Amino acid sequence: MRVVIIGNGVAGFSAALALRRRDPKAEIVMVSGESDYPFSRPALMYIFMGHMRTEDTRPYEDWVWQKNRIERVRAWVTGVDTKARRVELDHGSPLAYDKLVLALGSTHNKFGWPGQDLEGVQGFVTLGDLETLERSMAGLQRAVIVGGGLIGLELAEMLHSRHVPVTMLVRESCYWNNVLPDEEAKMVGEVIRAEGIDLRLESELKEIVDGGSGRAVAVVTGDGERIDCGVVGLTAGVRPNLSAVEGSDIPTGRGVEVDFSFRSAAEDVYAIGDCAELVTPEGERNVIEQLWYTGKMHAEVLADVMTGTDRTYDRGIWYNSAKFVDLEFHTYGRVTAGGGGPPVREGEQSVFWAHNRGRHSLRIAHVEGRVVGFNSLGLRLRQEVCQRWIAERLDVADVLGRLNEANFDPELYRKHEPEIRGVMKEQLP
Amino acid sequence: MNAVAQATTQAPPDTGDHAGSTRKTWQAVGLALTAVGLLQFALALARVPIGRGWFALLLFLGPVSLGSTLYYAARYHGTTPGIKNNSTVTGALGSLGVVAFGLGVLLTGFYILLYWYPKGIAGATALSDPLSRVLRGAPADQYFLYSFLYTVAVVLFGVRFIYRYRHNRYQIVRTFSVMFCQLGLAFLVPSFLRLLGQKEHYFTYFWPLSYNNLFPNSITGLWADGHAFTIFIVFWSFVISLVAVPILTYFVGKRWYCSWVCGCGGLAETAGDSFRHKSSKTLRAWRFERWSIHLVLVFIVVTTALLWLNLFWGGAILGKASFHFARIYGFGVGMVLAGVVGVGFYPLLGNRVWCRFFCPQAALLGIFQRFLSRFRITTNGGQCMSCGNCSKYCEMGIDVRSYAQRGDNIVRASCVGCGICAAVCPRGVLKLENGQTHADRFDGAAKPLAEMMKSLKS
Repeated sequence: MRVVIIGNGVAGFSAALALRRRDPKAEIVMVSGESDYPFSRPALMYIFMGHMRTEDTRPYEDWVWQKNRIERVRAWVTGVDTKARRVELDHGSPLAYDKLVLALGSTHNKFGWPGQDLEGVQGFVTLGDLETLERSMAGLQRAVIVGGGLIGLELAEMLHSRHVPVTMLVRESCYWNNVLPDEEAKMVGEVIRAEGIDLRLESELKEIVDGGSGRAVAVVTGDGERIDCGVVGLTAGVRPNLSAVEGSDIPTGRGVEVDFSFRSAAEDVYAIGDCAELVTPEGERNVIEQLWYTGKMHAEVLADVMTGTDRTYDRGIWYNSAKFVDLEFHTYGRVTAGGGGPPVREGEQSVFWAHNRGRHSLRIAHVEGRVVGFNSLGLRLRQEVCQRWIAERLDVADVLGRLNEANFDPELYRKHEPEIRGVMKEQLP
Repeated sequence: MNAVAQATTQAPPDTGDHAGSTRKTWQAVGLALTAVGLLQFALALARVPIGRGWFALLLFLGPVSLGSTLYYAARYHGTTPGIKNNSTVTGALGSLGVVAFGLGVLLTGFYILLYWYPKGIAGATALSDPLSRVLRGAPADQYFLYSFLYTVAVVLFGVRFIYRYRHNRYQIVRTFSVMFCQLGLAFLVPSFLRLLGQKEHYFTYFWPLSYNNLFPNSITGLWADGHAFTIFIVFWSFVISLVAVPILTYFVGKRWYCSWVCGCGGLAETAGDSFRHKSSKTLRAWRFERWSIHLVLVFIVVTTALLWLNLFWGGAILGKASFHFARIYGFGVGMVLAGVVGVGFYPLLGNRVWCRFFCPQAALLGIFQRFLSRFRITTNGGQCMSCGNCSKYCEMGIDVRSYAQRGDNIVRASCVGCGICAAVCPRGVLKLENGQTHADRFDGAAKPLAEMMKSLKS
């Protein structure tokens, strides 16, 4: 069996290794136009900030690929011929496959803004984007970042670390409150501002101004304000990167459409990671998961499926983590976002505690007093414990009593549990 | 477009560096003061210090202490607390450039002079003389100078470390501990002992690191001395090496010593903090380390055993070999590996070269930690995103990420428990902790002996 994997991001390289563990004989080829060796995409920011060199962000030492007989091909894929079972490359001979895995990743959204293709306007997803940004650094006076997600803040933090003033245009009334409840979103907003980043809420991009040479020199906001800048970061979300399969007969919607075993309708073609659109039954919105660890989970299920074990993907209890400048965020289970959006589930309520200095908070979401989710800022929570409590639908009063079991803060840190208990017991129905 | 042009405003200045110019001024003042102190030291080396006696010494110590503290206070004041490793790998000291090599040459050169050409630093030794007379009631020699400079470095770079990690209570408490152990137990106490006419005993070093402590000739010598205090030292040497080491390590891991008490560790954690990322994380380096450090341990254990046997059998097997051994070991391990390479190579190979590759104490503590200890670094579920900060900033060269990204706990003989991996992790994935038992740390941990045999075979 000859397996070609397009993409060497987390989904791609995890699939290669997972497949090798199950099948010592398969011929495995991993193609990437982006980099010779797999690296950690979330670590791109640390290269720019000088915390690490590019080679430090590789999850495995270079010899691992050879030892596992995973052939690496450095080329961009220009097309897929499913009839001839062949992958066309921008240089070198086409690659024949028995089974094809698409791990194409994401590309940044553009919403038809005037000037969005000018020089100096970029997303921040790839190693190429990092190089582009590095080239724009000379003499850079200000950057404007459009969109208030995690990548937007990463980009702001990066530029700020190299003393470039940054303005962030965020459409919502609080930072990231299509994910965070209002209280948390406000806390994060304050942290961003304390760092010295010019955060503009309820603010939109109208156009990007061409300086005359095809390079961006300013943006104009929705209220007509012009902000001079040498770099415009477009970080209003990402979407599946489908360029490699354009023109092929592999069915795509927003992403490559696959079932919950990651099979596409095209024979022996699979898709995992950010580019996969998991098709759900009629009436439900298809699922696209753009997280690091979901890429790893997809790869494990796929390797079983490809080696003949019947398996469907179940993500289990939701979790995620992030860091907003210096403020860490952990979440377990789904917690309803702010901004007056619809609740995740009927009857969801929550109890909330925030430290008076605005650098720690905890929210416990519940339905009729039974725990369904946790959000924490500046307070580390143990994943295994939180997920177990959610699975057991433990009573919130019991959760409060046993809260120290979930504490994952470093040793000798101040314990907030007594205060949290006091505040939250008051709020319980 | 006219409306747009009218609405054009100057974007507000970046407020992150507010009062930035004041901070820069104070930093410059701090640097200038430090430079004055260092200049005095250089003049002393050249035997032309400004002033004499206490005045000359204080003209070095005062400006260096004040200046560096001022510099770090100004540098970190007004910045938000948190991990700020910006430009660490690209800066002059952090990368492997001319500055790093130059510093390596300077440090190495200092150790060579210290051990083999003390006349070359006699001017600096003279500078420390007034302090030696007060503390020890004796004129300074080059080892007093060394101990003095070492302590100054641990304390002043300790101040820097505390500023840098001021958001992290584990780091603050730990750093106070290494500063106290160096200044109090490894500098002042031995000096006072000497002043009182006792043996200059270092309570923070013991066998096998301080190999002499359990050698028969030192023990019998002290015993023969017969003073209550020397008898206590004999007793203490046995208790700490043979009883306290396994028990403490069982409960909290080897960190109680390596990153909280030990002077070598103290210097590495404070003065060496800027170089922690330079340790090699490759499998090759780990393989080398496993051989080198355990060979040193075997060497010292076998020799100690032979010396005792020799004593019991009346010198039948070794004769006067103990004297020669002490010289060879002292030269090779004590001076070359611990001093010249161990500290001189900080800017090139990282701040724990000695601790990682050669220290027999670390090797012994490591064996307990790996097989029979409650200490582990817990990985928080599946949150690791393989960024590599933990591995990059591990001074012991442990590829922490390789465990964290599999969701495994980190249980390694070499881990000194400094806690920096957990501090730099941007997702809060790692936690140093002592569990309720040693048995739940990894598969097979319940059977330490079987696990040890397995480890020997691999």
